Amino acid sequence: MTGTSQVAPAPEAEPTTGDTPAPSPQGRGWWGSLRAGSRRHNVLAGAGAFVWLLVVGVPIYSLLVATIQPYEDYIASNPLVPPDNPTLDNYVTALNSGLFGFVWNTLLVTVAVVAIVVALTTTTAFAIVRARTRWTTGIFRVFLLGLAIPLQAVVIPVYLIINQLGLYDSLMAIVLPTAAFALPVCVLILTGSMRDISDDLYEAMAIDGAGSVRIFVQLVLPMSRSGISTVGIYAALQAWNGFLFPFLLTQSEENRLITLGLFEFQDQFGVNIPALLSAVVLSAIPILIVYLIARRSLVAGLMGVGGK
Amino acid sequence: MSLTTTRRRLPGSSGSRVGRPGAVWALPALLFFGAFALLPLVLVAYLSLTAWNGLGTPDFIGTQNWEELAGDPAMREAVGLSTALTTLSWLVQTPISLLLGVWAAGPQRNRAILSAIFFVPLLLSTAAIAILWRALLEPNFGPMSNVGWFPNLLGDSPSALLVIVFVTAWQFIPLHTLLYQGGARQIPVSLYQAAEIDGASRARAFWHITLPQLRNTITTSSVLMVVGTLTYFETVLVITGGKHHTTIVPYLMYESGFVATRLGYASAVACTLVVVATAVSLAMVRFTGFGSMRSTREGM
Repeated sequence: MTGTSQVAPAPEAEPTTGDTPAPSPQGRGWWGSLRAGSRRHNVLAGAGAFVWLLVVGVPIYSLLVATIQPYEDYIASNPLVPPDNPTLDNYVTALNSGLFGFVWNTLLVTVAVVAIVVALTTTTAFAIVRARTRWTTGIFRVFLLGLAIPLQAVVIPVYLIINQLGLYDSLMAIVLPTAAFALPVCVLILTGSMRDISDDLYEAMAIDGAGSVRIFVQLVLPMSRSGISTVGIYAALQAWNGFLFPFLLTQSEENRLITLGLFEFQDQFGVNIPALLSAVVLSAIPILIVYLIARRSLVAGLMGVGGK
Repeated sequence: MSLTTTRRRLPGSSGSRVGRPGAVWALPALLFFGAFALLPLVLVAYLSLTAWNGLGTPDFIGTQNWEELAGDPAMREAVGLSTALTTLSWLVQTPISLLLGVWAAGPQRNRAILSAIFFVPLLLSTAAIAILWRALLEPNFGPMSNVGWFPNLLGDSPSALLVIVFVTAWQFIPLHTLLYQGGARQIPVSLYQAAEIDGASRARAFWHITLPQLRNTITTSSVLMVVGTLTYFETVLVITGGKHHTTIVPYLMYESGFVATRLGYASAVACTLVVVATAVSLAMVRFTGFGSMRSTREGM
């Protein structure tokens, strides 16, 4: 038997955890299972969820309304009323303020961070799940503890190290620590996902005479595709939304990232809040696109962290 | 591979050694993590014993920074504010995300649409969210100034701190909701069926099945939450700039280090963050046995 023929028919052990719940043997949680036949709705819970919907939805709505209003209308009108004279001028103002350069820098940093994180976490998770020696258990614990290291607490020595490496005020200064701090969560996500690969598959490939490299490439990587994309998206989010490292490790405008750009727009635009908020909306569009493409695996991966 | 190295084991055991990666596979990640996360953790302790303005080399000055820190009223206030912020955030975020997560794990029809909207704050960066809320609450030009009865929340203490609590809850409850949703989906349905046969009410099932089964999720979520709250920085920087009694510990670190350029002193402030965050998460991990790679459902 070849390795690849082993891979194809194996089912995912993890219950599907996207937005549409697949009927899984694990059940559908508390509300669905208790009195499943009666389909009685829990009014209280539904009401609570609706309240939270308002708490999230109303500010988002006000944000969008503010960005399509002329400044004069904005300062005079109630935030909950739809605008009289919708316009895209605010977006034009935001775009003409150097936003593109910031987005390009952020894109470069994001791609580099994702590449480093995916390369390092796939190999590490493989070792942790399969080697099961005292060493790898120890390494796993180091990463678990690493979850608790606050970014702020170590930013001064990181600043020192980046200075010593001669990287201050470069995009690389942001990439390295950002990638390092994305590792713990990503290792946790991937070990969870790789642990679900059945032992029989490893066994079969090993009997076939496959070494660890071949098992990694032909079995582990294809089988943990969903975990890997979760990790990629998580790392991308971290890089795209990061603030502290760009704030403290770069200086010049040519190395400015989008979050820092927004922060400086706050002063630059002053009271022109519609333009400022338009920049906020624009900054979220790339992440929104990634989210729409890969929503399911991101959500499933994040849920897995809590469930394991 | 020769047969001599392929040792067969009992079915169900973890199988042969062939094709098992060595610990070497984990080494690059460990080294990288070591260089930018673990080494700094040691370095920050050393830097707290130095005087350093960010240029040149740090001068060793012994425990001077620590002595000054012990008597610094700004530090005392920052610790108090950080404690208040962390406690309030946990009290606000945990019950809401737990209930929302358990609810979202159910089969309701419009749940998918609701979950998608719940998710929106996760897509915005902390900076963007802070800018949004500052704009919304702006006392003179913000939209809330057109709603007559709305008070100036940002210009006062303690309401400025409560705004920070609210904004961070707004940002992070969706994430924790997801964690709880994932945890709740993994609870075996048989437990609820048994409870149903026994005639248990929804509330009892929640209290005696859901909550204990979510033990590990509660720990994970709480560790992330507490450590996260201890380190809020951007939100404070953008919304209040440390004014109106919102100078929490990380902000004090930034101010004394990068504004007043006393990085040695700021390192001492940072050390307290490390100690507190590590102690909190170790205590929580110990307390619940999370991290020992055991399954929640062990022994069932």
